[in-house]
Amino acid sequence: MLSFYLYLATAALLLGVGSLGLWRGPELLRRILALNVIGAGIFMLMVSLAYRPVLYGEPADSVLHALVLTGLVVAVSATAFALALLGRLLARPQ
Amino acid sequence: MGLLLFDVVLCALLLTLAGAAMLSRQLVHAVTLFIAFGVMMALAWARLQAPDLALAEAAIGAGLTGALCFTALARYAGDAGYPKPKLWLPLVFVAAVSALLLYSVFQIPAQPTTELSERVAEHLAVSGVSHPVTAVLLNFRAWDTLLELLVLLLALLGARQVPSQLPLHAGWSLSVSWSRLLSPMLLLLSAYLLWRGAAAPGGAFQAGALLASGLVILRLNQQLAWLSWQNFAVRTLVLAGLIAFVMAGLASLLLPGQLVWLSWPVALAGGIILLVETFATLAIALTLALLVVGEPEQEPADA
Repeated sequence: MLSFYLYLATAALLLGVGSLGLWRGPELLRRILALNVIGAGIFMLMVSLAYRPVLYGEPADSVLHALVLTGLVVAVSATAFALALLGRLLARPQ
Repeated sequence: MGLLLFDVVLCALLLTLAGAAMLSRQLVHAVTLFIAFGVMMALAWARLQAPDLALAEAAIGAGLTGALCFTALARYAGDAGYPKPKLWLPLVFVAAVSALLLYSVFQIPAQPTTELSERVAEHLAVSGVSHPVTAVLLNFRAWDTLLELLVLLLALLGARQVPSQLPLHAGWSLSVSWSRLLSPMLLLLSAYLLWRGAAAPGGAFQAGALLASGLVILRLNQQLAWLSWQNFAVRTLVLAGLIAFVMAGLASLLLPGQLVWLSWPVALAGGIILLVETFATLAIALTLALLVVGEPEQEPADA
């Protein structure tokens, strides 16, 4: 029970830490990393919710796990696209 | 008690790594800390009884994202420095929002709502596989997976519109020989994960991500010269995941008694899922690898 709330709190704090990085920057690459940290916080929130049945001796919620698995792959492809745009921006003649 | 101690240490480590990555002075430190953060996230998924996610995160979060970020870092080499941003205004605002968020997550009851997972367990027998996560991904919510393959393809096509050349460095001889030794193992392991996904944690995404990291390691060590969008076979396989999925959906619509798009007949479900997963694995692996390593330098015309 306690660890469930501990992971929920970590998820909320990861969202906060990521938002701080997104605001401060200053480099664009760090802002992309910050978006990934926010994503990790949201995934952790969902996986903690999926963990609840385990506390009552049942298997974890597979629907949420499947959603997060899809989310992980979409997140990495969005990151790759963002970094490709960033590479183009930096390669531009000043 | 021991488990709670582990949880406390892991959560503290996650927050410290994320915070240090956001606040560190140098970008190279930020990227390195972020990769360590990815490894710790994989550990957290394993702790939260999500082995599927742990497998995928270990290959994606720690492996591929790290390679992507280091590639981007190489482009920052000639970039002028930035002024040091102010800390207190964002910190106060974000702390207030986080406190509100913390207050609201503690309102979530620990008693789960089991309606959905009960329905998954109820219909698992007719899904064609015995692992619930694979059943949800490839049968009950096959639309998600189909559209996800489309998103991957769109990301690759988008990234191809903005090519930027990076000079390739000759591989270090030790890393070249080690990559040759490791690649058969990675191939074997990803095939095992794909096959095992029907009954245990594993499946197309994990196998694809692992295969992609193997391809990226080899490509960065100046091997696999065929791995390029110019290669017709590579283009076909990148599209094959999506095409196999749509064809399977259309073919199953033609069978008698099938009225719903992307719902497999019970007798054939296991075979269809394995077929779709095999093509999806290859498509995911090649798309992710192409996204990470991009295009090699164009050969001169007379070479």
